[in-house]
This record gives sequence, C-alpha cells and structure tokens, in this order.
Amino acid sequence: MAVLEVLVYPNPGLKQVSKAVETFDAALRDFIADLKETMLTGPPSVGIAAPQTGRLERIVLVDVSGKPKTPNHGFMILINPNITGSEGSVIGREGCLSVPDYTGNVYRAERIALTAQNEFGRTHHFNFSGFEARAVQHEMDHLDGLLFLDRLVSRRDRFRRKVYKAPASQTQNS
Amino acid sequence: MTQWYMLTFVGKDRAGIVANVTRALFEGGCNLGEASMARLGGNFTIMLMVQSSGSLEKLKDMMAPIAEKQGLRLHVDAIEGELHHHEEPDVRISVYGADRVGVVADVTGALAEAGLNILNLETDVGGTSAAPIYIVYLDGIAGKGVEKLEQALETLRKEKKLDANLTPIDPLTA
Ligand SMILES: [Zn+2]
Repeated sequence: MAVLEVLVYPNPGLKQVSKAVETFDAALRDFIADLKETMLTGPPSVGIAAPQTGRLERIVLVDVSGKPKTPNHGFMILINPNITGSEGSVIGREGCLSVPDYTGNVYRAERIALTAQNEFGRTHHFNFSGFEARAVQHEMDHLDGLLFLDRLVSRRDRFRRKVYKAPASQTQNS
Repeated sequence: MTQWYMLTFVGKDRAGIVANVTRALFEGGCNLGEASMARLGGNFTIMLMVQSSGSLEKLKDMMAPIAEKQGLRLHVDAIEGELHHHEEPDVRISVYGADRVGVVADVTGALAEAGLNILNLETDVGGTSAAPIYIVYLDGIAGKGVEKLEQALETLRKEKKLDANLTPIDPLTA
C-alpha cells in the first residue's frame, strides 16, 4: 500500500470529469487500498475521491463513522455511484482536502437514494441522510470536476433562509 | 517592506463602485486581501484589506480622488494582516423578536457572558412598519461550550421575550 499525493486546487486534474470503472480486478482493489490509506493518513477527512489523487475514475470512499451521534453505513467503497432520488435541501459547512484553509456553506440534498458498485462490481442500493448524504454528494461532485467552491452560498443567504425556513419556536403574537 | 491597511468606504450606493475602487487599487500596485461589502439601509459600505508598499498618507492621497468621484467617504487604518488565519465558527445563532431598543445589547451581552466569541454579526429589521421584527444573526466560537449558550438563549426567551435558534456548525472535510 502507498499513500498517494492529494491534488490541491488549482491543479487542473480536479476540474476533469472522471470515467466509469469497467474492470473490477486486483489492480483496482490495490488502488482502492492506496486510496483508503491516503484518506486515513492525511488531515482528518470523511471521504476521498479517486480524482483527488489524479486518477480520473468514478470511485469514492466515504466513512463518517468517526463522528459521534451520526447515523452511518461505516466505511464504504462507492464505484460508479448514481443518485436515483433526492429529497430536501439543507445548508452546511464544507471543507476539502483539495482546498486547504477554507470552509464554506453549501446546499445539499437532505436525503439521497443511490446505487453503486463495490470493488467486485456488485451493485448495491443505499439510502443516505444528513451528514453522510452530504459527504457522499461532496465526493461525487469530485467525479464531475466540481468542488464545493462551485456551490458556495453567501453568509447572508444562509442566515435568511435559516430564519425564515425553520424557526424552532413559535412567536407569541402570530 | 509592505504594510496592510484597512480601507473603509461609506456612501450612497450606485452601480460600479466596487469595480472602480478595486481597479484603482490594482493600478496603484496594491494587493487585495479579504473584503466585505454590505448595503445597510441603502447605504454602501465596504471594508478592504489592502497591502501596499507605500505609506498610509500615500494610499489616502491615491484613493481620495476615487472616493470623491464616487461620492464616498474614505477611512484608512494601518493594521496587522492575517491572511490564511481563518477562525472557524462552531455555532450559528439567530435571535428575533418584536423590535425594541436594546435587543442587540441584550443578546450579545448574554452570549458573551456565556462564552461566545462573535465572528460575524448581522442585524436586520423585518415585519411591517407597524409591527417591526428585529432579527440578529451571528456566528462564532462557543468558548465555554454549546450548553452554556443554550442556557443563555433560554434566559433570553423567557426574560426578554425573544425567539432564538442555535445550530452547531460542523464542517465536513472530504
Ligand atoms: Zn473534497
């Protein structure tokens, strides 16, 4: 196993569209092992996408199990992932291994349904929500050459929507 | 030797101000750092971190004609530049209620007491002119933990008849 170099913006590799994985062989599984090693070695991260290491293939790893009180599927290898349904829209703050020293607010679907293949090519169906859904969507963006920077919303926008969309308590004179 | 300055422009809003100001700074050999523009009650305000090798007086002399032409007042301070030292907020709070004097002082006082270091603050007036609503949005660092802030908000709800929401900000890195 080896730790791979993580590309940092403005490396043009991060803006490329990755191609589907067609061959599920030992070489693929070796690469996934390296990718996992890379994710575990660097700064704390809940996921990584193959193109972040310069390999333009539709492979992402996600693992939000380290975060307390967060429903999750544990460590996942998602190959050729495809979102089949989504619901809701929530704002949350994101950072990226490929964009050091910056975080920003981004809208993501609250819940997603997804199919993806595993490292042996078998297709599985998933339903994700909340933080895990956000992580998956962030990683999948990398496969299409998108960074969270492509989806930033302003602070003001965040606050306004927050206040008007979801007040936690009732006003007394309403 | 270069020095960081904070330039503040205030005046009547009109199209092209930011473009004109930043163009003049660029042509004057200045380097832009962080900037924040806001319209407050139809007034234009912008603060810009500017790096220059010249003196404060020189920068003032250079920008004064631009400001005058745009109908803006200009203020320049020498500051410590701290790019790439972003402090990350870990809570976002919105408080609102019927407009009355002292809301912001009540809210920020109680939250400061409870350990909040405010990083961003915006306030707004909504509702009708007959029944205005005052809205305070802020984010910051919960220096004494979220629980203390929740307690402070509970006190504000009960004693000051305000509505309040606290949302932890939990950046995802992936
Ligand atoms: Zn990323």
